[in-house]
Amino acid sequence: MDRFVLDFAHMLAGFMVLVSFMLLYQDRMFSLLNVFALQATVLSASVAWQAHVQDAPHLYVTAVIALVLKAIIIPVVLHRVVVRLGIHRNIETVGSIGLTMLFGMGLVALSMVVMLRATAAADPLAREDLAFALSVVLLGLLMMVTRRNAVSQIVGFMSLENGIILAATGAKGMPLVVEISVAFSVLVALIVIGVFLFRIRERFDSVDSHALDEFRGERK
Amino acid sequence: MALIGELIMQGAQMLLVLAAAPLLLGFTRKVKAWLLRRKGPPLVQPYRDLLRLIRKETVLAENASWLFRSAPYLIFAATWVAAALVPTFATGLQFSWTADLIVITALLGSVRFFLALAGMDVGTSFGGIGSSREMMFASLAEPAMIMIVFTVALTAGTTQLSEVADFVFAHASLRVSLALALVALIIVALAENTRIPVDNPATHLELTMVHEAMLLEYSGRHLAVIEFAAALKLLLYVSLIACIFTPWGLAQAGGTPAAYAMGFITYLGKLAIGGFLLVLFETSIAKMRVFRVPEFLGAALMLGLLGTLLLFVSRSF
Repeated sequence: MDRFVLDFAHMLAGFMVLVSFMLLYQDRMFSLLNVFALQATVLSASVAWQAHVQDAPHLYVTAVIALVLKAIIIPVVLHRVVVRLGIHRNIETVGSIGLTMLFGMGLVALSMVVMLRATAAADPLAREDLAFALSVVLLGLLMMVTRRNAVSQIVGFMSLENGIILAATGAKGMPLVVEISVAFSVLVALIVIGVFLFRIRERFDSVDSHALDEFRGERK
Repeated sequence: MALIGELIMQGAQMLLVLAAAPLLLGFTRKVKAWLLRRKGPPLVQPYRDLLRLIRKETVLAENASWLFRSAPYLIFAATWVAAALVPTFATGLQFSWTADLIVITALLGSVRFFLALAGMDVGTSFGGIGSSREMMFASLAEPAMIMIVFTVALTAGTTQLSEVADFVFAHASLRVSLALALVALIIVALAENTRIPVDNPATHLELTMVHEAMLLEYSGRHLAVIEFAAALKLLLYVSLIACIFTPWGLAQAGGTPAAYAMGFITYLGKLAIGGFLLVLFETSIAKMRVFRVPEFLGAALMLGLLGTLLLFVSRSF
């Protein structure tokens, strides 16, 4: 039974990493948002399982917040933003997807190496979760770096935040207050970014973040 | 006496794959037609097609070499051996010591080699295009397959399929690496069997075709043998996935006749479920551009690599 508990937690966290790779692979707006919703759902399942394993009822609240906020509200809002911006038919021209994926593999390997060395004495359940969570965070960062469209950068940012929640629930003892405030700050960030997106578009007629670089004179 | 019994079981396995392969193909076609709200051909249609082709005259191009004539039989023989090595209804059969994942991969690799050579032999442009595309896909699908083999072999501690199945059966639990290997193997299987996101098995004469392009010059019994080999390959991959990831119901070595019968029935059930899921996936997705296929297969390669990497995390406690 104990073995199964560990394996199932391991499985859910591993699935998060897999979904992060799916995010890197997607280049269409709506599929990207759907995959992001899937990631939030998996996160919610993972947090709920941790709540069950650690016998910590407040983690159920976290799970519900993740499910409602990140799997439903944020994707729906972003969906509408994408429709209003009129970029839902755009196919993003990221560099080679294969190369990005390869780079992502390197990041996963890096986080494994770092975490296994750094947490040699920790509880195995927490340890594995941390290694996976760090991978999700790094893959979210990679997504923000490689994408040019502002909306997919936001998705990268949100998936990074998913990784942080995964890390926080794996380690015992994150207070509920912190969790709720993080959730609401993400919501505020969404609103700010949403407003910002429209401002950027008004100013530059595009949500391609390279337009900003050109404006600053960094790129001709 | 025991040896004769085991040889009979092995023979039964070889005949079983031969008999079941066209049936699986017919089943997938039938289900696909149902899902599209059509009636579809009868289940036995693939057998009739094969019989018809065997009876027909074989037309050979004037400049066809001995390679062109012998390739179909080589392809068929290698695929049949590979398909018969995968445990279908029982593990630990007489030849199970050769039923090694790497051997099966190598056999399929040589099948691909002969098929590509045959495609180029006559010198038509279609055949050349088909061969070159097949090789392009193979350069990604084969490393991915090898990575999957590594993941499975490192988990189970052996590359022999019978022992892998016994290991998974005995230590049944959720493992991230095996799950990743499963997803990767499904992608590789779709590409290898020229199923829909990669190639369309129902088309003939289309610019994007890969597998059919290599067969354009074949006719009569040669074509029948190659199509039979393609059906066997589909059966092989479904059995491989069933054997590694769902080994429940497989009869153990030296089991009672009841156990073997049980294994046989569950095997048919697994084939039906596998075929149904395949068709469900195919009908819900569109064919992708040829130039997007390397990315699709690259994902399989990456998943295999990730699975191998994660094993070191699982090992660490």
